[in-house]
Amino acid sequence: MQEQLQQLKQEAIGKIEAASNVKELQDVRVAYLGKKGPITDLLKGMGKLPAEERPKMGALVNVVREEVTSVLDERLVLLEDAAIQQQLENESIDVTLPGRPAKTGNHHPLTRVVEEIEDLFISMGYEIAEGPEVEKDYYNFEALNLPKGHPARDMQDSFYISEDILLRTHTSPVQARTMEAKGGEPIKIICPGKVYRRDSDDATHSHQFTQIEGLVIGENINMSDLKGTLSVFAKKMFGDDREIRLRPSFFPFTEPSVEMDISCFKCGGSGCNVCKKTGWLEILGAGMVHPNVLEMAGYDSKRLSGFAFGMGPERIAMLKYGVEDIRHFYTNDVRFVSQFHRTEV
Amino acid sequence: MLVSTKWLADYIDTKGLDPAELAEKITRSGIEVDAVIDRSHGMTNVVVGHVLECEKHPEADKLSICQVDVGEEVTQIICGAPNIAKGQKVIVARPGAVLPGGMKIKKAKLRGEESNGMICSLQELAIEGKLVPKAYAEGIYVLPVDTQAGADALEVLGLHDTVLELGLTPNRADAMSMLGVAYEVGAILSEDMKYPEITYSTSSESAENVLKLRVEDMDANPLYIAKVVKNVKIGESPLWLQQRLMAAGVRPHNNVVDVTNYVLMEYGQPLHAFDYDRLQTGEIVVRAARQGEKITTLDTQERELASHQLVITNGQEAVAIAGVMGGANSEVHEGTTTIVIESAYFKPASVRQTSKDHNLRSDASSRFEKGVDPNRVEAAAERAAQLIAELAGGEILQGSVVVDELDKSQKEVVVSPDFINNRLGMKISLEDMTSILSRLKFEFEAANGLLYIKAPTRRQDIQIEEDIVEEIARIYGYDEIPITLPKGESTPGGLTPYQAQRRIVRNYLEGAGLQQAITYSLTSKELAQSFALEAAPVTQLLMPMSEDRSTLRQSLIPHLLEAATYNIARKADAVTMFETGSVFLGETSEGLPHEEEHVAAVMTGKWLDHSWQGERKTVDFFVLKGIIEGLFAKIGLDKHMSFEQAQMDGLHPGRTATIKLADKMIGIVGQLHPTEQKKRDLKETYVMELNLAKLLTFTLEPLLYTPVPRFPSISRDIALVAERAKAAGELEKIIRSAGGKLLKDVRVFDLYEGEKMEPGQKSVAFSLTYEDPERTLTDEEVVKAHSKVLKALEEQGNVQLRG
Repeated sequence: MQEQLQQLKQEAIGKIEAASNVKELQDVRVAYLGKKGPITDLLKGMGKLPAEERPKMGALVNVVREEVTSVLDERLVLLEDAAIQQQLENESIDVTLPGRPAKTGNHHPLTRVVEEIEDLFISMGYEIAEGPEVEKDYYNFEALNLPKGHPARDMQDSFYISEDILLRTHTSPVQARTMEAKGGEPIKIICPGKVYRRDSDDATHSHQFTQIEGLVIGENINMSDLKGTLSVFAKKMFGDDREIRLRPSFFPFTEPSVEMDISCFKCGGSGCNVCKKTGWLEILGAGMVHPNVLEMAGYDSKRLSGFAFGMGPERIAMLKYGVEDIRHFYTNDVRFVSQFHRTEV
Repeated sequence: MLVSTKWLADYIDTKGLDPAELAEKITRSGIEVDAVIDRSHGMTNVVVGHVLECEKHPEADKLSICQVDVGEEVTQIICGAPNIAKGQKVIVARPGAVLPGGMKIKKAKLRGEESNGMICSLQELAIEGKLVPKAYAEGIYVLPVDTQAGADALEVLGLHDTVLELGLTPNRADAMSMLGVAYEVGAILSEDMKYPEITYSTSSESAENVLKLRVEDMDANPLYIAKVVKNVKIGESPLWLQQRLMAAGVRPHNNVVDVTNYVLMEYGQPLHAFDYDRLQTGEIVVRAARQGEKITTLDTQERELASHQLVITNGQEAVAIAGVMGGANSEVHEGTTTIVIESAYFKPASVRQTSKDHNLRSDASSRFEKGVDPNRVEAAAERAAQLIAELAGGEILQGSVVVDELDKSQKEVVVSPDFINNRLGMKISLEDMTSILSRLKFEFEAANGLLYIKAPTRRQDIQIEEDIVEEIARIYGYDEIPITLPKGESTPGGLTPYQAQRRIVRNYLEGAGLQQAITYSLTSKELAQSFALEAAPVTQLLMPMSEDRSTLRQSLIPHLLEAATYNIARKADAVTMFETGSVFLGETSEGLPHEEEHVAAVMTGKWLDHSWQGERKTVDFFVLKGIIEGLFAKIGLDKHMSFEQAQMDGLHPGRTATIKLADKMIGIVGQLHPTEQKKRDLKETYVMELNLAKLLTFTLEPLLYTPVPRFPSISRDIALVAERAKAAGELEKIIRSAGGKLLKDVRVFDLYEGEKMEPGQKSVAFSLTYEDPERTLTDEEVVKAHSKVLKALEEQGNVQLRG
């Protein structure tokens, strides 16, 4: 019986070593160590042995059984390892192949500029005010100190719908409407929107374009507050080392009126093709709200004062991104719009 | 306004400032200098030549062979100008000269004859053709006979000069004259200016003896001054006068007309010269035009007048449109001997209207319509008389013929220094303020802590305290204003819920693969109503610039389709775009159109292109529908949304749906009709439009958490055979209503319409999920619920269940 046992052991170990994969090995386990295997059979057959031999034989069978098991387990680790290696090899891919495209669109560059400006002023406590694109002459002109026959109306040839209704030529009517609605209370708003002028479309003119205006009304609002506000805007929008300068100008709805230049962000002020060698870029118009405008909206111009400013997102986008033709913004060429996909913080 | 710095030096000492520096100072203190133009354009080697001999070229009819004394030598130059002649003093560009157009002058041979330079026209020296005196417009320019041969021609022509081009804002009409600019420069540089000296002798005869004057409309013409000069000799103006006019952008004509233009530029006061004899009546009457009255103006146009327009007449017929342009019938000509100089104040609004009516803007009208200086009207007349007498050799008759009711007083503005400092956020001393007012030549008095200022009449723009604030600030320097932020209560700021939601919609659509477009609101009348979600009257422009931009749009789709066609024509393999923007419908009670914000999209071409793994897809109806469903889900409206088969002009009748929100139509989605696609050179193209305003103002239930299910759900599949026309949505509705509380989800997972089906039939398969949040479902419960569903489908759905 001992001999038989040793033979079985040799046979099993031979089969274990011959097994070339996990499955074959499991078959060996079943064949030799399973419930119907020869080793179990031997254990079962122990009843026929004399009682004094049983413990000895039992121990012997168990030793063989453990030996076979341990060899098998060792082999199993090996084969499993090889199997995983094989799997990894089979599964390896060419990671340089292109990924499945995750198609996403992006903001139009004008929206990008508008939202950037909106967010900046929101962080300074402004609200966003909007109004109709088709306006009454009253809000577009008269309430802004531009009575009928005013010479400055020459500057803004307009699309009229009727004698008293037109496509707004600026977003200032939103300011006029907001003032009227606020009934003499302080105001802090930004007004973005589409505006229209009777211009032929070319590289620098568009009959439809975008404006963002700002209006602050309160006690003791003065020019230095305007300058400070615009300075924050210039630095946030065009870089921390931007300087600003104000130049006197004229708008019927503000007095004094100024235009704001920023030091050129390309050359830093030394002069280049972007700033046409001047070192400065004209960015926006601004001023202290004209007392007539305040009074017309029911504000006491002796008690409250305000400032206003306005700019063109097209111009800002053109300067910032080097766009040479304003018509690109309205052609919606995929090759143009998609260039504004990436973020820029 | 073009300002010759050489001319300006007559009135103000610019302290040797470089013109560019001067321009910078002017710009920084209030008047933008648009350009600094060096009139010499860096030319050299351009001299005066004396044509000693001039013969026809033997080989070329149009060429002349000239022997020209250029100072250093006599040299041969071939000239092609028709007006070249022996004895002339001309402009010669010597070999080595570079002309403004970039032309380099070299020795050359023309048809076998040597030519050592070029005899020049003024155009070749970069003077605009429209400014060159007519006599020399088609040929070379001829200099006065006493000009020295060999002299620097640029010096002789006054081209060693820099011109500042001022971009004037409408309020600064005072700077539309050399004197006005001199005042401005004087204030900036703190220099006093010199006025021209006017002295002349007069004849014993009085102007009133020869000319009668009557003004019928004193409101439109409160001041009219006429002076008479006899025995003038019309001729060419001296070179210095011609040069100055050309530098100012005015074409020289003859000595009398040139003087009126010169004084216009110098004083900013438009003048007119009439031929006294051509007036015929010895009388001037200013009156309203008769409706339909006709006049031929100096530009040889016949114009019909209207009764609100003011005319100058000889008592019978119109001889000038007041303040706008003179008439041809009284024009000064070669044989004129007696002239009447008109200097007047015409009411700005009247001139503006008349000039607009005739679409005729002149140097005169552009000044009158902004208001000329009431106190310069007379001085300008005197100045013109003086210069005409000097240059045309006439005798000035004594006195002037005048009608005058014009208010020439100065506007008083009272302002406190504190007000000025408060508005500026500065602390400028009273001393600095008064010093600035002195530099500006404003009369003032400081008393009781206030400044009593009299604004000079040349500065019609100074009316209120704020105007003084600006004057002080601009001369003091805006750079001196400190930087602060508004004080007082801080406000939270932020977007309104609507604005925030609109951003979410845009971001969602971009995340879903659509690019934002911005198209024009104005479109053609034909396109304005196509794809509109509702029928409403259109809004049209009174005076469109073109038919294509004449009407406000009622749908965003037409211009998005234009963008699609544009991109596809440029080989884009896909166009997936959206736009948010207003459409304009009908009219509100305010008289304005009803503006409604919409969102629309267009999709065509490749949707997914991942071919190496076998995934390729072009856009179809369900791609766009999925994006719309996702949008509704994003803003929490998916439970209230439904799609219904529909039809719309321009869309595929079998592939169009209306989109409903709480059973009200809020938008459409569909394929462009194949004939429309063809018309626009597009392949299969899908569009959608939604009323964004309604979408974002729908009242939503608040977002509340429902517990995550703790018990397993059970699914059951159903396969049905139905008529092809049977809508899956309808079957889903039956399932949902029969499924009861336990039915959590229903989903189509298979559709078969192939050849294995009976004709006109299809197979649809649904997957149903049952769930009870409180406990584990038993088989019996599911069987009970599911059999109700099956029964309902058989009874109401007109379908057969498949194995």
